[in-house]
Amino acid sequence: MISSFLSFVKKESLHILRDRRTLLVVIMMPVVLIVLFGFAISTEVNNVNVAVVAPDRTDGVIDAVNRIAHNDYFTFCGYIGRDEIDTQLRSGKVNAVIVFAPDYDRRMAQIAAGVPSKPIIQLIVDASDVNTAEAATAYMQEILLETESVQEMFETRMLFNPQMKSAYNFVPGILGLIFILVCSMMTSVSIVREKEVGTMEVLLVSPMRPNKIVLAKMIPYFFISCVVLAIILILSYYLLHVPMSGGVWGIFSLSLLYIVLSLSLGLLVSIIAKTQVMAILISSVVMLMPVLLLSGMLFPIENAPKFFQWFSVTIPARWYIEAIRKMMIQGLPLVAVWKEALILLGMTVTVFGISLVRFNDKLE
Amino acid sequence: MNVIEVNSLSKSFGKTKALDSVSFSVEQGELFGLIGPDGAGKTTLFRLLTTLLNPDEGTAKIEGLDIVKDYIKIRSRVGYMPGRFSLYPDLTVEENLTFFASLFGVKVKDSYDLVAPIYKQIEPFKKRQARNLSGGMKQKLALSCALIHHPGVLFLDEPTTGIDALSRSELWDMLKSLKTKGITILVSTPYMDEAFLCDRIALCNEGRILGIDTPPGIIGKFDSQLYTISADNMFALLGAARKIEGVLECYPFGQTHHLVADERFNEEHFREKLEYLGNLTLIPTEPTIEDVFMNLMKK
Repeated sequence: MISSFLSFVKKESLHILRDRRTLLVVIMMPVVLIVLFGFAISTEVNNVNVAVVAPDRTDGVIDAVNRIAHNDYFTFCGYIGRDEIDTQLRSGKVNAVIVFAPDYDRRMAQIAAGVPSKPIIQLIVDASDVNTAEAATAYMQEILLETESVQEMFETRMLFNPQMKSAYNFVPGILGLIFILVCSMMTSVSIVREKEVGTMEVLLVSPMRPNKIVLAKMIPYFFISCVVLAIILILSYYLLHVPMSGGVWGIFSLSLLYIVLSLSLGLLVSIIAKTQVMAILISSVVMLMPVLLLSGMLFPIENAPKFFQWFSVTIPARWYIEAIRKMMIQGLPLVAVWKEALILLGMTVTVFGISLVRFNDKLE
Repeated sequence: MNVIEVNSLSKSFGKTKALDSVSFSVEQGELFGLIGPDGAGKTTLFRLLTTLLNPDEGTAKIEGLDIVKDYIKIRSRVGYMPGRFSLYPDLTVEENLTFFASLFGVKVKDSYDLVAPIYKQIEPFKKRQARNLSGGMKQKLALSCALIHHPGVLFLDEPTTGIDALSRSELWDMLKSLKTKGITILVSTPYMDEAFLCDRIALCNEGRILGIDTPPGIIGKFDSQLYTISADNMFALLGAARKIEGVLECYPFGQTHHLVADERFNEEHFREKLEYLGNLTLIPTEPTIEDVFMNLMKK
């Protein structure tokens, strides 16, 4: 029976290899997503055009302006008059304006000496793109106050990702998304196709037991997922410079668990769905949408209404993305995300168990 | 010994009664045909006997094994060819055959002698993907795949539907030669003319079996007089003929109409009455399976 199992795996691999277009999409999708999210779609501070209003160009002002001008993420567009602020921002030529108080140096010294003072720098930011505006403001504040011997009221430090590079945030999200796509959608479609074409009838009327059929179907997709995982990790490390300081093996093993979980979800979908279209719909609406919207990939879950926050607990991708973020960006080892890992393991066992029990060896 | 034993098997899907208390039995090495139109319940019966469905009522045994209790054992002993094309279109002819052999834990070369007469015909195309085969070749491949593990019983659900006349007759020749090797075959077809190729047939309609016998025996059940009639105005003829005394039934049959009559029917009287339709002919005819089917259906 081992040979029949192997030949089933072989047959399943042939299906995948013969369907060149799908295979190409599966392999290319992570590459495109990484490039798209890493470079094209970014909420990070990049090329922010900054103009300065400074009535007195004192040493302190020039020093502060130099720090902005020499930063990779900001472009200094020159000094402008107070009355030009509105027109410059409206025309879109500048994204932010820094306004220095007239007696900046003197008051800065006062602050340094501990004397309370009114604000001495005003930041006027084009907030039509909220994410960029927020990030830019935070980063500018940090630069402007950085080397001053200012006794600040409080100190903000952006750890791990001081430039707020969005690629760092998106890589875990892409991982969470892509395995749902590759594993859940492809496995469910491949099982449902057999039902639709009619080969499932012949498979069932054979000595091969359904759980072996299911396992044999999962193996090639598991293998493809590993390849995709490797592609994503390599691209994010070398192209996006994601630190992965928590150790690549921790990330890899947690991802393997998540892949098995996604495969089991695909199996569950294939039990419910009667047609391939149905399988794709269920995978995309029931699985993909929550991953996009409620996993914290695009929007922080903390901002969602309470109900959705509760609901998001049931979404595997949420736990996976959280854990991967900790390992990739915060540099924590695998043991530090034991809670997420345990939850994922529990989900895997449950979903896989239900699928195996429910996978019927009859037609109804 | 009866290889297939079916006892008042019933199966419903929602409110539709797909099978209504069906009983029959098939002997070892017999070629048994289920003849009936679409919706007669043939496919449901196949799915019950191949253990893909459980019956609502009744029992059935395959080689002495119960279809509900011993379904796993049955699955390794039967060969099943569903009505739909049930091979992998993206695999080649050879890959399909090898896969189905390994599914049953056998090697192609061990069973080659049994499938060879069929498989030889498609072997020249063994590197071709199954999707690119003609309808007849697809069925030959499907039959080879269903036979590869030497099943004792072969279930063929409409193997000749949708293929050309030559392939149809070739397929029936293959079934006859398989029969001589002791394989019991249950085959279904909507084509009444294929009934004579079976040892025994069951006429089915709307989930019921109307009659079981050898093809000549079934014909013998036709106890009325049958005529073939025609005239210039065929449509008017149909209505008018039904009103003549002694006419039990009149229905279109190909280019002509068939007329079923009892003893009150008088040929002279019929001709007189309907002469006005032009070129009226009335020829006594031997009944076909289809006539018997129409006859039994009305009863």
